Amino acid sequence: MTSKKHSTLVVSLIAVILGILVGCVILMVTGRNPLNIFVALIRSLTGFSINNPDRGINMMYPLNWLLSSMPVILTGLSVAFAYRTGLFNIGGEGQYIAGSIACAAVALLIDLPPVIHTIACVIAAALAGALWAFLPGFLKAFRNINEVVICVMMNYIALYFNDWFVRSFLPIDEFTLARTVNFPETVSLGNLGFGTASQFNYGIIFVIIAVIVFWFVMEKTTFGYSLRATGFNSEGSRYAGMKNRRNTVLSMMIAGAFTGVAAAIVLIGNYSYGRIYTGFDNFGFDGISVALVGGANAFGVLASGLLFGLMAASETQFQILGIPSEVSDLIQAAIIIFVAMQYGIRLILDFLDRKTMKDKVKEVA
Amino acid sequence: MLDLIYEMFPIAIISAVPLIITGLGGIFSERSGVVNIALDGCMQIGGFVAATLLVILDGMGVPGAIWYAIIAAIISGGVFVAIHAFASIHMRADQTISGTALNVLAGGLTITLCEIIFGHKSTTAYGISAIFPRITVPFLSDIPVIGRLFFTNNYPFTYFAYVLVIVVWFMLYKTSFGLRLRSCGEYPQASASMGISVQKMRWIGVVISGMLAALGGASLVLMTQTYFHGGSINGLGFVAIATMIFGRYHPAGVLGAGILFGFAQVLGHYTNSLPLLSAIPSQFFSMFPYVLTIVVLVIFSGKSFAPKAGGEIYDPGKR
Repeated sequence: MTSKKHSTLVVSLIAVILGILVGCVILMVTGRNPLNIFVALIRSLTGFSINNPDRGINMMYPLNWLLSSMPVILTGLSVAFAYRTGLFNIGGEGQYIAGSIACAAVALLIDLPPVIHTIACVIAAALAGALWAFLPGFLKAFRNINEVVICVMMNYIALYFNDWFVRSFLPIDEFTLARTVNFPETVSLGNLGFGTASQFNYGIIFVIIAVIVFWFVMEKTTFGYSLRATGFNSEGSRYAGMKNRRNTVLSMMIAGAFTGVAAAIVLIGNYSYGRIYTGFDNFGFDGISVALVGGANAFGVLASGLLFGLMAASETQFQILGIPSEVSDLIQAAIIIFVAMQYGIRLILDFLDRKTMKDKVKEVA
Repeated sequence: MLDLIYEMFPIAIISAVPLIITGLGGIFSERSGVVNIALDGCMQIGGFVAATLLVILDGMGVPGAIWYAIIAAIISGGVFVAIHAFASIHMRADQTISGTALNVLAGGLTITLCEIIFGHKSTTAYGISAIFPRITVPFLSDIPVIGRLFFTNNYPFTYFAYVLVIVVWFMLYKTSFGLRLRSCGEYPQASASMGISVQKMRWIGVVISGMLAALGGASLVLMTQTYFHGGSINGLGFVAIATMIFGRYHPAGVLGAGILFGFAQVLGHYTNSLPLLSAIPSQFFSMFPYVLTIVVLVIFSGKSFAPKAGGEIYDPGKR
């Protein structure tokens, strides 16, 4: 057996590096310059363009990096929360769309004063996300049906449900017929663009609250302890008197709530109107990689969310530099595979350790 | 009413065939003890490879281009799914996570390659003349009702799917290979004690599942679409998994479940002929296959037909 002496952090970092290497190799094989990946990443991280150094630093890029990190941190928390209870929440897309519907409905159909209206929208989205996650959790807990298949079905149901609900009950923009009218001015997350064109906004407050709530509930409360126990050993925790079934349903619903908040922040901050989705935004799927790389704990997810946000923010840069933007999907998939194969990574690390030990012994001899 | 069924049936069958082929593939993997939710990704790979090669080879005027396209699709599915096999059999990976990774990878890889080969996010369209024509089976089509429903004016994929159901049943239940494969999914330690290589059987199971899923994806794209794009598969790999579960991991069950899901997918096209249904908004028909999947899983829960060791990591040192 392998030892656990190599931390999750080391394994995650190795997986990320290997993932980026895979992206580079694919680009080389297809005749593109892989160094452009790093040019794009540095541009998004610092606002500094290596290709045009005399242009100076453009703050819009780092702000956009934070902007695109916000939803994936939240969906990462969502997947991580369920994962700690032994559940795999692949239903983020559906919960996201459900949150988006509720957010648009509260924004357009209810009159409230500023700030309170925005908070009401976010809370409604969280509740809707939780509601959409109820069924997979319930069926897992009481019928032992694989939550993965139900979650995926709920994703597609949400997609078509959104189309019907928004067209039937919300005021549609008569020029495009493909979205609702704009939200009233009482619904806004403000702008923290500091004079740049970035849409970065006060949604970051909700993200910070979410990270703290996750950490506190999971690590500091008895409820969180019983959730983790359920995930770690369901028979054992049941024997110890913990309510596994209730935990499973609640964990899934709380996970859905995190994703719902992500939907509200994107909808209010980036769009400001109700959307009719023709496909998925993929924030829910991105959350899977974020949670796995982040070791499914609050601050790990925050860090890996910032990493994947950087990747997402770089997609436009990728295209400008002649790299297909789907390369970031490839890198992401490679990272998940390497995290999944961490047994192998640990084996190799252990092997290297033993080798250096032997070398040292030889030197001494 | 009978006329309507005659009209709906061929189209329902077309929707059912990819699910049946992919679901049959899923049986091999699950029966060997490896949960394969990467079926969706394998379908994408198969659909992409088949469409791409068909466009290129047919454009070059290669005779029988479709055969090369299909064979290449099958092989690519086997190669692609090998990542999942390696991760879950040798690297003790969580099979759900590794399968999800493959699904994400397939989405990114196919579209990236489309951009590189064709310059946009889909393949270019292939000519109708490049694909198989519909055929009617002599003699069998003369059987009353059944002949007209199952053997008249269908794509060759459909007839292949029927044959495949029988072949898979024979392989799994009438050969020693099938017995060994199934034993690895029920009690791998016992199989190992009888001298069966669990790892080898699981490799075979997973690779066959990837190949058949890729064929399923190829058949879907070639029969119902004129080019491959990001939404070509649209989560049908997961419906194929539900087809397999509803079919109780048995080939005959998969055939029946596949036809049911095929009907569910095309029901929306016939609301004009069915006055009872025309009041329902069209979006609900789009939802129907997915809702039906959940309903079916709920009905069939409790009674477990799933292989006992499915999804468990096989540790040869454990007894």
